[in-house]
Amino acid sequence: MSNSRTDSAQDPAATAAPGEVLLDVSGLKVYFPIRSGILFDRTIGHVKAVDGVNLSIRRGETYGLVGESGCGKSTFGRGVLRLNEPTEGKVLFDGVDVASLDGEKLRSMRRRMQMIFQDPLSSLDPRQNIESIMTEGMNAHGLGGNSSARRTRITELLEAVGMSASALRRYPHEFSGGQRQLIGIARALAVQPDLIVADEPVSALDVSVQAQVINLLEELQGEFGLTYLVIAHDLAVVRHISDTVGVMYLGRLVEQAASDDLYAEPLHPYTRALMSAVPVPDPDVEDRRERILLAGDLPSPANPPSGCRFHTRCPWRQETRCDDEEPHLRELTTGPADTGSSSARAGTAPVTAPVGSPSGTAPGGSPSGTAPGGNAPGAVPSTVVPPAPHLVACHWAEGIRDGHLRPKSADQVAADQGVYIAAEGALDPAAVIGAGRDAV
Amino acid sequence: MSAPARAAGLGASTTVPLLRVEDLSVVFQRKGEAATRAVDGVSFSVAPGQTLGLVGESGCGKSVTSLAIMGLLPKRGVKVSGGVFFEDRSLLELSEGELRDLRGAEIAMIFQDPLSALNPVIPIGIQVTEVLTRHRGMKGDVANREAIDLLERVGIPDPKRRLTEYPHQLSGGMRQRALIAMALACQPRLLIADEPTTALDVTIQAQILELLRELVVGSDTALVLITHDLGVVAGLCDTVHVMYAGRIIENADRREIFYNGRHPYTGGLLRSIPRLDAARGETLTPIRGSARDAIPWQEGCAFAPRCDHVEDDCIGQPPKLETVRGGHSLRCLHPLDHPPEIETLETIV
Repeated sequence: MSNSRTDSAQDPAATAAPGEVLLDVSGLKVYFPIRSGILFDRTIGHVKAVDGVNLSIRRGETYGLVGESGCGKSTFGRGVLRLNEPTEGKVLFDGVDVASLDGEKLRSMRRRMQMIFQDPLSSLDPRQNIESIMTEGMNAHGLGGNSSARRTRITELLEAVGMSASALRRYPHEFSGGQRQLIGIARALAVQPDLIVADEPVSALDVSVQAQVINLLEELQGEFGLTYLVIAHDLAVVRHISDTVGVMYLGRLVEQAASDDLYAEPLHPYTRALMSAVPVPDPDVEDRRERILLAGDLPSPANPPSGCRFHTRCPWRQETRCDDEEPHLRELTTGPADTGSSSARAGTAPVTAPVGSPSGTAPGGSPSGTAPGGNAPGAVPSTVVPPAPHLVACHWAEGIRDGHLRPKSADQVAADQGVYIAAEGALDPAAVIGAGRDAV
Repeated sequence: MSAPARAAGLGASTTVPLLRVEDLSVVFQRKGEAATRAVDGVSFSVAPGQTLGLVGESGCGKSVTSLAIMGLLPKRGVKVSGGVFFEDRSLLELSEGELRDLRGAEIAMIFQDPLSALNPVIPIGIQVTEVLTRHRGMKGDVANREAIDLLERVGIPDPKRRLTEYPHQLSGGMRQRALIAMALACQPRLLIADEPTTALDVTIQAQILELLRELVVGSDTALVLITHDLGVVAGLCDTVHVMYAGRIIENADRREIFYNGRHPYTGGLLRSIPRLDAARGETLTPIRGSARDAIPWQEGCAFAPRCDHVEDDCIGQPPKLETVRGGHSLRCLHPLDHPPEIETLETIV
């Protein structure tokens, strides 16, 4: 823990060991009502943005939540902070149920959970200068002592994110997108949070600037002992930054694993499709890869498919169970053998810890968890957190893992389910480009 | 990284180019303000059946280049110079009427945001048949049947129903397909796609890229793909042109760019993006500062303020685009000796 948190001596959590559960979410549901009618405001249904997500984040860990737009990942982050009121479920932050708090208690709890938003321009007040933006939170929570002490503190924070004190008197519009995002991060740090929820922290930035922000987030984690929930659609970014990755689809968590395990052996069909769709800046890899194309679009979260929510697009869908029986997250030991040649697997041999209560996992100090990326210069010292067990919500995960089940092509899925796809073979270029040329 | 297998060039130079851009410059000039040179002496050419990638960050001039080719820039306050040749016709010298005959018929464009490229208050069907009526003289039922056919070919299910729907009723991926259908309506020989998948999710992006690939490979349609995503380029483009502050700073065929790219900016881009298959713990090396820090080319290399390889002579005179070897040109006085090495993992789904 950082010794800079002198103000939070009353905070028992500040002394807690890394590896224990900081945020424990169970059965979280966030529904948005669909209303109809002008005179009578009737609710005719609900958009089930988050529909029963269990997830726990350990202190010092970076948990990456990925999924495509509309999967409920952002709503989940906002639900945890109660920026959107959860419909159901429990959010335990450091042992305290956030849902039960109100008024002053909720306000002071919020100091410990901060958020970094996607669009830094719209999340910074254009008419406040940087000093006032940054001290506002400190004032509200009575942190930082008198005004000169506060100014010293925010100057330090600005330096920590790589900006100079000359920024204090300036306004958000005077900065570039990347710098604004740095200010957003410094603002979040000003109130000494334990948990930072970063919602798409780099997706609005240019590629060369993204790396600056990603590296900074990693450095700050070590320096301030932060726990992150990083929400993003970019699997490459999430894999890079996270210790544990959770994959969401249509309001549910479908797979969760240590970042390297997920990459080495994605088990859920959706994760496989998602991974195979991420372009890699390497022509040889791109030429060699076989894409798993998905048929159709995301179904409506107001009326999710029965059984497994992914079955309408799943290339591995089976005749039984998929359509009518809902799969739950369960643990699969990674791989049938330790023959995994990849060095990345070395530290993540079969996990024996019980799934349900991650709080039972060994507290920090277990050296077995530090293996992956030992060669990393300047990497985050967050490896004290042991790797998370590999959980997957699919009836047929074993068969997929062992290669007994083969994926169908997207055409077949499309034909079975009546959705569209223009995949290999479905299009004859001559038919599209050539057809009718003579008719012109 | 496995041994950089360098495939032979795709032989672009042997075929007659379909589109030739020569020394194209676009200057924005507002009354009482200093002129902004958005595009500064850009030259490239595309052959039929070829895909050319124009890569760069926001503000580098890649989209303005495409608008200049299409003649879609406003007339007031904009000065376009240089040459754009479609086969033997000089596009910059055509009248607005002649251009309109060409646009949509022989050259079509796909925009980044399909929602703003489609008219929100007109059904999809009318927007598609409009093209058919304008360029192919089809009317009524004939045009409708053709529109249904087009939507079906780009993979839109139940096309008959979709014709009567409005853009907001379609998903993002389907809107982009509708836009592609409109672009294909007259079998264009040149397709310009400006960030066609940036607004889409990755799984939908994969569908659309597959569609574009199938349309170009094996046909004689040429594609100019404008993107910031090097991953998309790696999978789709034959040749790659990297732009910075309005100028092309490096160009080569795709293997050469990725395995032997020598401009510090190209190398910097490759090292600053997290790769899905990179070994974990591989740290990202950002490029210092942001694109705002560029200096005008007249005063030296625009990238110099952000460059790790900057030397004294980088400031003073602008570097020239010089050929390093066949098909690979570079605008740098002190290029990298070797491209960035990135440790990667074997398995990839």
